[in-house]
Amino acid sequence: MLTVKNLSFLASDQDGEKEIIKDVSFELEQGEMLVITGPNGGGKSTLAKLIMGIELPDQGSIFLDGTDLTSLSIDERAKAGIGYAFQQPPRFKGMTIQRFLSLSAGEDLSEEECCRLLSGVGLCAREYLSRFVDNTLSGGEMKRLEIASVLAHPHKIAVFDEPEAGIDLWSFSTLMKQFEKIHKEKKESLILISHQERIIRMADRIMVIKDGQIDMVGSRDDMLPNLSTDSPACDCMEEE
Amino acid sequence: MQLDKLTIEVLNKIGITEFKQEGAFNLRYNGAPLCHGDSDHVTIKPKEDNPGIDIFIDNKTEGETVHIPVVMSTSGMKDVVYNDFYVEDGADVTIIAGCGIHNDGCGNSEHNGIHTFHIGNNCNVRYEEKHYGEGSGSGEKILNPVTKIIIEENSTFTMDTSQIKGVDSTVRETSVIIGKGSRLFVSERLMTHDTQTAISNMDVTMNGADSSAQIVSRSVAKNESVQTFHPKAIGNNACKAHIQCDSIIMDHAQVNSIPEINARHVDAAIIHEAAIGRINNEQVTKLRTLGMTEEEAEGVIVEAFLQ
Repeated sequence: MLTVKNLSFLASDQDGEKEIIKDVSFELEQGEMLVITGPNGGGKSTLAKLIMGIELPDQGSIFLDGTDLTSLSIDERAKAGIGYAFQQPPRFKGMTIQRFLSLSAGEDLSEEECCRLLSGVGLCAREYLSRFVDNTLSGGEMKRLEIASVLAHPHKIAVFDEPEAGIDLWSFSTLMKQFEKIHKEKKESLILISHQERIIRMADRIMVIKDGQIDMVGSRDDMLPNLSTDSPACDCMEEE
Repeated sequence: MQLDKLTIEVLNKIGITEFKQEGAFNLRYNGAPLCHGDSDHVTIKPKEDNPGIDIFIDNKTEGETVHIPVVMSTSGMKDVVYNDFYVEDGADVTIIAGCGIHNDGCGNSEHNGIHTFHIGNNCNVRYEEKHYGEGSGSGEKILNPVTKIIIEENSTFTMDTSQIKGVDSTVRETSVIIGKGSRLFVSERLMTHDTQTAISNMDVTMNGADSSAQIVSRSVAKNESVQTFHPKAIGNNACKAHIQCDSIIMDHAQVNSIPEINARHVDAAIIHEAAIGRINNEQVTKLRTLGMTEEEAEGVIVEAFLQ
């Protein structure tokens, strides 16, 4: 379904150009859950941004159901069926949560529909609807709202960049149920970038990105023994 | 009275979607009163010395709404109107004003509304005012409102003003004097585009002990437009004030924010915040991940910001 071929991405800084993603190739089947993990700075988030079109690759290509997305813009990829939850979501002065979720869904949502989405990410629904998506919300609330914004609309592939970051344990359990539900229905493919053990254990496949390259990839059963926190093979997994 | 289609459309644009001509109301059209009505507690009388009206709101007024819109559709007209509001002790009222100019000609159309509010003790007054311009002519749409507010003791005055679009030039002068225990809330929203200019000067003087003022100004400046804000808060007694000016600047626009705070009492606590910046790229990117084009995303951000 999703095919990533020989993807490379260079970034420039004061020391010159650095290859952040190096010749990465993989495929993702419909309904499959791929968890991408690996050490900080390894290139995981950049890879997610390349899939969404937020960054454009220097080499390589991305296909969705046989269609070449490589030169498509962010909004064209969204319309093609890719959803994306930001690691650090932006805030919007003056925009209510109900309006934000309606924009995310692509249609006006009723209070009940908004409440259902908010409850799904552990936010106590109705009291939030008229609040603003601004700095009156905590980081954890913003993060959950960001995830709700992706869940508000059906996608072929939804990419979540560290969905667990900044979320309390109770909300995290609620969130896990959402991912489990999507995964069980097999309607959407999921790419989750995560260090969280419970998320990693839910994956069909696990990919470790290190130094911009695929360090290891395989089925959950094959990979989990290599990913323990005391394993020299990986320093990426955080225990709950 | 049957209103024509253009007048109804302009009224809709300034937020008066159902002008029913019921209760207390006064519609000024092309420089003259077109229709008006009184209610049991609100009386509107034409001025004898100047163009305009006196609005008397008695002390039994409770939760009533008064509509006093202005519509101009004659090109080349300059209209100056004086409206004085007398609000008796204990009244609770909402006043919906606003002015819409439709100018299809080559002459400038200008409306200068000079409003004076005399607010008694223990009142709750909400004042809403929307300004809007449209029309295919080369003549400018000009609005220069002057608003003077005198608030006695233990009253609340809420002022919600917005300039939606299409106003080529505006100079807004607002002055407020606040008495003991009274509170002022101001929400000002402004959008300029093309080569429009907007100046907003606001003087808020807190004379009474325990008086307070909260002023929030949000603006968006597009294209080559120029905006200048000069809010000034003066604390003559133990009081609190918070002034917040946020602006989004786009294209080649200019925004000047000139805050002035002046404390003349040791227990006067006055804060001013001002921020001018472009639309955040991350906001645009987020909305684009929802399927919007860059232009659509900017429109949504601006609309929300000015809500």
